[in-house]
Amino acid sequence: MAGAAAPIRRPPLIPGFGLTLGYTMLYLSLVVLIPLSATFIRSLDLGVGHFWTVVTAPRVVASLRLSFGAAWLAACVNALFGLVIAWVLVRYSFPGRRLIDAMVDLPFALPTAVAGIALTALYTPNGWLGRLLLPLGIRVAFKPLGVVVALIFIGLPFVVRTLQPVLEELDQDVEQAAATLGASEWQTFTRVILPALWPALLTGFALAFARAVGEYGSVIFIAGNMPMRSEIAPLLIITKLEQYDYAGATAIAVVMLVLSFALMLGINALQGWAFRRHGAR
Amino acid sequence: MDAPVPGLAASYEEPKARSLSGRNPPREFRWGRLLLITLALVFLTAFLLLPLLVVFTQALAKGVSAYLAAIVDPMALASIKLTLLVAAIAVPMNVVFGVAAAWAISKFEFRGKSALITLIDLPFAVSPVIAGLTYLLLFGARGWFGPFLQAHDIRIVFAVPGIVLATIFVTFPFVARELIPVMQALGKDDEETALSLGASGWQTFWHVTLPNIRWGLMYGVLLCNARAMGEFGAVSVVSGHIRGLTNTMPLHVEILYNEYNYVAAFAVASLLALLALVTLAGKSILEWRQPELRDGARRWRDNNRKGKA
Repeated sequence: MAGAAAPIRRPPLIPGFGLTLGYTMLYLSLVVLIPLSATFIRSLDLGVGHFWTVVTAPRVVASLRLSFGAAWLAACVNALFGLVIAWVLVRYSFPGRRLIDAMVDLPFALPTAVAGIALTALYTPNGWLGRLLLPLGIRVAFKPLGVVVALIFIGLPFVVRTLQPVLEELDQDVEQAAATLGASEWQTFTRVILPALWPALLTGFALAFARAVGEYGSVIFIAGNMPMRSEIAPLLIITKLEQYDYAGATAIAVVMLVLSFALMLGINALQGWAFRRHGAR
Repeated sequence: MDAPVPGLAASYEEPKARSLSGRNPPREFRWGRLLLITLALVFLTAFLLLPLLVVFTQALAKGVSAYLAAIVDPMALASIKLTLLVAAIAVPMNVVFGVAAAWAISKFEFRGKSALITLIDLPFAVSPVIAGLTYLLLFGARGWFGPFLQAHDIRIVFAVPGIVLATIFVTFPFVARELIPVMQALGKDDEETALSLGASGWQTFWHVTLPNIRWGLMYGVLLCNARAMGEFGAVSVVSGHIRGLTNTMPLHVEILYNEYNYVAAFAVASLLALLALVTLAGKSILEWRQPELRDGARRWRDNNRKGKA
């Protein structure tokens, strides 16, 4: 019976499953997972009591509050202006639009240290923008506000780039229908457009926030780095390392990692909820 | 041949005509439109354009000769060399990983795939400073492997290997996260055809897969390289800041800046800013050739979500 009828050819099995997955797991473990778990394990050396004393020290708490607070504020500003910029880039045509579109990615491409010294030069009291803000009583450089400015720079493209494709695919017929049925522009925006954008807006916010929490290079130049006032948590980690206080540095790192992961999980859940509620585009 | 295929007919929809209301708004929309464009432009000027301009004006504040002198300074040249070396090691490492990960994820079904995708993204959620710290805890003098390394006179931390490792960590996801959606979208038909015609696995990869993914790969390499050359926080922790030996360009910028040598700091910074501009130009060209690349991140997320559902 064998060979009587040509059997339907099954597609050949693609090779390399073991090799590629094995290499992926090995490399991931060596570069990311083992070093990260080492950090958690090392923090156990401290003992619960000591760990608690380290991370509740006023200077540490102040730095964590600044890092997370400024990142939150910057992500909020980015969500708002990122929405405006994405909207303008998708819906309007004006000269220079494509150039501006390409420019939005600058914070991804510009090294953070360069961004840091550039923003500082710009916002010191005799800088191009600092000079304009000084009469208004606003000082940015070497103040906590400087931290927020640097984090806005870092996070902006995350919001614009997650909103843009969603806005592009948004069905404008629905907006026209809303307008035909007598909705005002504002009603159309809040009842029709915004609900469809929520998941993307939350994603952009979360990405900008996550990046901003751990940001170091662009912040340290503009922040002034005053303990208790404008000292971010990553800088405090470096300060502790320079004093050979590895245990203290590790403790702060673990708190930051746990808080970041918890926040990301929370935002992921929220996003899933928004996604289910408002549905895919 | 022309008989309608029921399945196809049902799934095929006429593309909807794009409404033009957004592009050609009625009169009452104009003010809002003008306001929004102005708002966006002012914001982008203050936060993106002016910082870029200030780098070049500060670098040239004392003339071209001071600028050139700052760049040909031996310490500056050493930092440029080190930055190129680090990127030349870190980027290919992450390319090999990215291709392997994308191959495994896009061609096969296995349990825990979405967890794996999340783990690949993990370095994005970790502060670069913490990334550097983890390697210090492993390979530093007081680290787990510290005594062993000292006994065998191997230096990792405060030397070039540590800088390379820290750079690999922070640029870890770049190539993989561009390639995974590209290869998932391509499917595996081409590879299966090549294999059934008798090509070996490697031949299939070199002659079928690689040409298919070349734009996506270049896109990932471009972004990975920009971050690798510009990384500051992670490298700062493990470098030890030894002038001429373990200072990359961003670290050299910091040292010059802290010495109030602003012209030199901005001169070296201007080279990195030029790198950023070249990266943006290359990115735009690749996106123009392959528009789907832009949406990579979103497709990735949607796939991820489908995987979880």
